[in-house]
Amino acid sequence: MMSVGLVIAISFAYLALLFAIAWWGDKRAAEGRSIIASPWVYALSIAVYCTAWTYFGSVGRASVEGVWFLPIYLGPMLAMILAWVVIRKMVRIAKTYRITSVADFIASRYGKSPLIAGLVTLITVVGIVPYIALQLKAISSGYALLTTPAGTELPSVTQPWWQDSTLYLALALAGFIILFGTRHLDMTERHEGMVAAIAFESIVKLVAFLAVGLFVTYWLFDGLGDLFGRAMADEGLAQLLRFDHGASPFIYSQWFALVLLAMLSVLFLPRQFQVMVVENVDERHLKRAAWVFPLYLFLINLFVLPIAIGGLIYFGAGQANPDLFVLSLPLAEGAMILALFVFIGGLSAATGMVIVESIAVSTMICNDLVMPALLKTRRFGGRSGGDLTRLLKTIRRLAIIGLLLLGYLYFYLAGEAYALVSIGLISFAAVAQFAPAALGGMYWKGATRAGVLAGLLVGFGFWVYTLMLPSIAKSGWMATDFLEYGPAGLAWLKPEAFLGLSGLDPLTHSLFWSLFGNIAAFVGISLLTRPTAREASQAQLFVDVFERRGDQEPVFWQGRARVEDLKDLTERFLGAQSADRLFEEHAQAIGAESVANMPADARLVQRVETQLAGAIGSASARVMVASAVEEEPLELDDVVRILEEASQLRAYSQALEEKSRSLEQATQELKTANEQLKSLDRLKDDFMSSVTHELRTPLTSIRALTEMMRDDEDMPADQRREFLDIMVSESERLSRLVGQVLDLARIEAGHAEWHNSDVDLAVIVRQAADSIRARFEEKSARLEIKGPHQVRSLRADADRLVQVILNLLSNALKYLPEDNGRVVVTISDQPDGVTVTVSDNGVGIAPAEQAQVFDKFRQVGDQQHQGTGLGLPISRQIIEHFGGRMWVESEPGQGATFGFFLPRGGEDARANAQSRGERK
Amino acid sequence: MKRRRQAQLIALFCLGWLLFSFPLLSLWDRDLVVFGLPLFPAGLFACWALLIVLLAWLMERREY
Repeated sequence: MMSVGLVIAISFAYLALLFAIAWWGDKRAAEGRSIIASPWVYALSIAVYCTAWTYFGSVGRASVEGVWFLPIYLGPMLAMILAWVVIRKMVRIAKTYRITSVADFIASRYGKSPLIAGLVTLITVVGIVPYIALQLKAISSGYALLTTPAGTELPSVTQPWWQDSTLYLALALAGFIILFGTRHLDMTERHEGMVAAIAFESIVKLVAFLAVGLFVTYWLFDGLGDLFGRAMADEGLAQLLRFDHGASPFIYSQWFALVLLAMLSVLFLPRQFQVMVVENVDERHLKRAAWVFPLYLFLINLFVLPIAIGGLIYFGAGQANPDLFVLSLPLAEGAMILALFVFIGGLSAATGMVIVESIAVSTMICNDLVMPALLKTRRFGGRSGGDLTRLLKTIRRLAIIGLLLLGYLYFYLAGEAYALVSIGLISFAAVAQFAPAALGGMYWKGATRAGVLAGLLVGFGFWVYTLMLPSIAKSGWMATDFLEYGPAGLAWLKPEAFLGLSGLDPLTHSLFWSLFGNIAAFVGISLLTRPTAREASQAQLFVDVFERRGDQEPVFWQGRARVEDLKDLTERFLGAQSADRLFEEHAQAIGAESVANMPADARLVQRVETQLAGAIGSASARVMVASAVEEEPLELDDVVRILEEASQLRAYSQALEEKSRSLEQATQELKTANEQLKSLDRLKDDFMSSVTHELRTPLTSIRALTEMMRDDEDMPADQRREFLDIMVSESERLSRLVGQVLDLARIEAGHAEWHNSDVDLAVIVRQAADSIRARFEEKSARLEIKGPHQVRSLRADADRLVQVILNLLSNALKYLPEDNGRVVVTISDQPDGVTVTVSDNGVGIAPAEQAQVFDKFRQVGDQQHQGTGLGLPISRQIIEHFGGRMWVESEPGQGATFGFFLPRGGEDARANAQSRGERK
Repeated sequence: MKRRRQAQLIALFCLGWLLFSFPLLSLWDRDLVVFGLPLFPAGLFACWALLIVLLAWLMERREY
């Protein structure tokens, strides 16, 4: 045993540490350097799911029911698979409409109904009190075990309440939570410091539980093999390792019920909603938390069975309370430090749950039960003045104290009768009643307020009748006659065998009837009733939350308001500072000069109402706003109209955007087309002037010579002959020029005729070379041909190719030096085509001029050389027609190399080229 | 691509649901020992681990 003082001192030291972490977290949040803005912290804070129930109760359950402790953790695993789909939607809705609790969530969806908010809160309080009692019971029995000398009986709780340490524990916790959670009033009900402390507690409880697991498995026993080996040798223990204890025909239904129950609870328990939805910093954190949280559950459950079996083997069945094996095993072995650490772990699990749960539930009590009642009174309601922020804080603090005292009361009255897990399951079943209303509301626009009211009442009624009352009766506070024989002897009304349905365990039985009744009433009544305008508008906002962005959101409000009234209202609940900030932000957002000058339109009213909802709940906010402004009642037609306007606005803006986009595109296209036309026009002018210039030169000389011959009758015959020769050669040049211009025009326009056949380029090159060789010899220049005598054939027009090669050769010939001129033609066969190059040792072409050699009428260098200036452009057109390309490489003084490449599979390219030509 | 991820998650949810219910669950319920561990708890934890790994893979994968 340990001294009472030591245990208490260490417990308080631990709580003080938590407080320090929370204080630090709040300080950092105020500085804008949040410590919880991490998916890991987020995931750890969700692990507040693991309470004292997990920490102590799982082992207790495993030692009786074997693997049946697991469904409570498999449910959340399944739920988290859908986190990205379902929880993300909850987070988005809650953030958009400043929803701060599960009651607010449901009430807001069904027309901001105060009645529904109150009902959900009431169910929560009734359902959650046993759960808080469970935590108190766990801490108090752990404390008792630690401080009681070994071998003596544990003290029972039947001592008078004022001597019971558990009461003082409850009060101490209440004080701690008040310090923790209600120090300041936040517009969004976020508690960064608390989340940081909870995440820290999650680490402590996991490490402590793993520590005791390793201790039992590897210190008390020789590992898992030894442990399970000894268990399986024992008839009773071996049963724990099997699924079916041979008991019930509905064994799988019971398993299913537990998984489903846990799956719904992890979404709708007030504390889970608080940490997962309200305290969420960034939606994207869900991505990692979705698998880290199940991993946490996996780890904390790994050693549950080993500890349970180890405890049963160590103490013998029925000799010690299995709920406390995690503590009693290290104590029995004298591992005091470990026992103390495990107690702190248990304290973490229990306090974490109590802190978050009571903060969440106190917000619900304040916003959804007390405020609506207070606001109806003359003193606080309507247009009365006065700052209410202090009042809000006070209500919450009282609610926290009240909750913990209720928890203590339940513990005092009924705590001894039940194991930890059974108490927790009662709470789970109560919370599961919210699932149809909340999930239905998120995905089904037809769900109505009347349907939800009916569903909740029926579900809750069944829960009270089939689960809560029997549990109270079994604790000895009520006669159990009605359990055994039914109320007034009506056997078919027996709470645990309703309508004679027997064979199920009480929990599954209750869960079936309550959820069945709940869903049937919810769906049935929803289908029979018509939603009011407010419900229909909220349904739109909830179900389609992902489909809207910012300013496209429809605003369901109409009437007249004054800025001063709205501002007064905001100041009462948020304080002057926050109110000023809110109004200035709005003025900025809509572009008004000052707060006084901005219009009090629907958008402002909606903004005020949303902010108020963060502080006092959407239902109360609705009531308050309605009292401060002159509203016109919203009819169903108005909702339809506003929606249509919004969607029309959206459609208009989309259409407008699209139009301006296409207009821009058209402008761009026109611009480029214009540029093209301009440059084409310039080219045409250049071409015309070049052509006329080229035509005029020979014409002038012919005309001059003709005139001289006409005027000079006595011209000697020799001279006359010389003149005639010149005239013939000039005419030939003229007709060649005209022919080439026509040719080029035809090719460019795509009207040229092509006579394609399979040709061998090596043969063609040699043909062309032979036909021009005479002119080379005249200039005493050499013409060499390198490469194979035969290449694989390709499809082209042979005459055109001859024309190209002749062109290149005569071109080269023109620029050859007077002596030692040399031209080398190289043919190379490549897999995809044939390359032909013509290299000369002439003067070469300057780099600046290389780009222009393929332009029309450009003759490089001086104009001495004979030529039309159209040969190369035509050649390039021909080569490109066959899908090839032509290029030039040269260094001045080193000669030039013209080359072209013709592809072998040029069929497609040719087609493309043709169609390009046609488009021109 | 949002729809695609949603469909993947729903499919994984269905897989998990089937793994933890009749009749797949009953396949593990035998008096067998693997690596010194009783088959039923070992199988449950194995299925659980598989789901976590698949979920982590789906969630951490870059959206393409």
